[in-house]
Amino acid sequence: MSSPLLEIEGLSGSFRSPNGALTPVLHDVSFAVPRGTVTAIVGETGSGKSLTALSILGIQPPTFQRSAGRILFDGRDLLTLKPEEMRGIRGRRISIVFQDARAALNPVFTVGRQLADVHRLHHGGSASRAMKRTIEALRAVSIPEPERRARQYPHEFSGGMAQRAMIALAALVCEPELLILDEPTTGLDVTIQAAIMELIGDLVRERGLTACLITHDLGVVAETCDRVVVMNAGRVVETGTTEAIFTRPRQDYTRRLLAASQLGETPEMIEA
Amino acid sequence: MIRLILQRLLWALPVALGVVTITFITARLFGGDPTELFAPPEATDELRAQIRERLGLADPMWMQYLRYLADVARFDFGISFSTNQAVSTDLTERLPATLELGLTGLGLGALIGIPLGVFAAVKRERVPDFLVRGFTLAGMALPQFWIGLVLIWIFFVTLGWFPGPVGRLPIEVRPPEPITGFMLIDLALLGDWSSWRLALWQLVLPAVTLAIASMAPIARVTRASMVEALQSDYIRTAVAMGHGERVLWFRYALRNALLPVITLIGVLAGNVFGGAVLLESIFGWPGLGQYALQAIEGSDFAALQGFVIYAALLYVITFLLVDVLYIVIDPRMRHA
Repeated sequence: MSSPLLEIEGLSGSFRSPNGALTPVLHDVSFAVPRGTVTAIVGETGSGKSLTALSILGIQPPTFQRSAGRILFDGRDLLTLKPEEMRGIRGRRISIVFQDARAALNPVFTVGRQLADVHRLHHGGSASRAMKRTIEALRAVSIPEPERRARQYPHEFSGGMAQRAMIALAALVCEPELLILDEPTTGLDVTIQAAIMELIGDLVRERGLTACLITHDLGVVAETCDRVVVMNAGRVVETGTTEAIFTRPRQDYTRRLLAASQLGETPEMIEA
Repeated sequence: MIRLILQRLLWALPVALGVVTITFITARLFGGDPTELFAPPEATDELRAQIRERLGLADPMWMQYLRYLADVARFDFGISFSTNQAVSTDLTERLPATLELGLTGLGLGALIGIPLGVFAAVKRERVPDFLVRGFTLAGMALPQFWIGLVLIWIFFVTLGWFPGPVGRLPIEVRPPEPITGFMLIDLALLGDWSSWRLALWQLVLPAVTLAIASMAPIARVTRASMVEALQSDYIRTAVAMGHGERVLWFRYALRNALLPVITLIGVLAGNVFGGAVLLESIFGWPGLGQYALQAIEGSDFAALQGFVIYAALLYVITFLLVDVLYIVIDPRMRHA
């Protein structure tokens, strides 16, 4: 099998507070995302999973300071790229779906315009062709009346519809090699969560995407993902195939996480 | 959207009525007895009573108020003592001068201030940001009239690059018959390009004074608003999708950041239109501010009252425009 599409090696770093004090948040984080697989990164809030995901695209908060590590994408270390080179990667080769899609879309431009802008950025062509493709993308993620919806603004979208539009943007308009999904269902109603995860699962299977799903919900992982990376307090606790993690967890933390998600409520989860 | 704009327009009416009413009350409370202005010192009580009768001051207050409202509705503010013309004629003649100076100055201020604020925001906490902030702080601390005097001293007195502060045209040039009242537009319509150039030259120093004074707060508000927009989730999305810096700053962030800037420009415009008294006095600019000053000096109550109503209405119109711009720029306002 060829080398993994994404390899994170020994990523460490801290948050710098305004007075200069450093709080370590990532400790020697290493894992790989093989081509054509969906890898989940699971962990509670504050485990460093989102920070790791944002670092791949270089859009981590400015207060984060990396002290060591490499992020190899298709064999190249993204952390050594010049800003222009990194811009060539963003959207075109690696794309991301954010947690709160309504906030992640620009409030003063129509949803269609925002998607079409990105389409033109990556694929060129005329504005009308970009809008046509945008409407096709919105239809592909099961947004009803996509022509009308494209002319609406994010505040006219429900959370679930906005997340569908976000997925259309990140997965279909961008057509990336690696799709990062950062807690794509958090904050949505439970029934909507299931529908969104189904959509993501379908897209991944149909298009053979390589994806990295950041979530705290192990229930979601079992159905969609091939591999799991468990993180806790800035460290990778355990990695393995989904089957291995669910049936033969080696680490105590993984077992507790599994137990928590099955019982629904245990002290650890409430704290999170 | 059109309906919402019409709605705002209707709202402006009660505001205007309120302004007119307050002007009436203020004039009756603090205006003194106008009879004294007409009556000679040796006038008998009988003569005074006659004057009061003729001026309508003997009528009950509500009747005076209604008559006043009817006059205002017809833009009849009475006759000015000092010009012997209808106040409304005076004001209408002077309004274009104020608008021409105000729009040029504020336009220039916004044209420089907004990019400067964007520039400071994207270079936040770095040298360009500190330079812009220092420069704009100075611009805000210095009084406008002082900036005007310094500019006159440097560019007219010392260097002689620009003409003296004698109004809209050099004294030896005969002003054209007003068409729109805007000097540059009228001269262009007449095709009198040599006078047009002279008029433009006259406009430079006062407009630059206003531009400097307004640029400073515009740049500061733009900076603060841009800094906030640049930290937003939607800008992070745009970065993640691969957009370049110019698109991020000027298309995606700036439009969100513009709302407070527009409010500020509205306030600044209201102040200028409501009589940039000092600015117009320094540059001999025959606008509303200068007229108001002359009215105060000459106890010209009709003129002053007309000016106050004009200024207030300009303010109302300015904020009506601000409201409309809000609706155009921010789609969320359309459903509010």
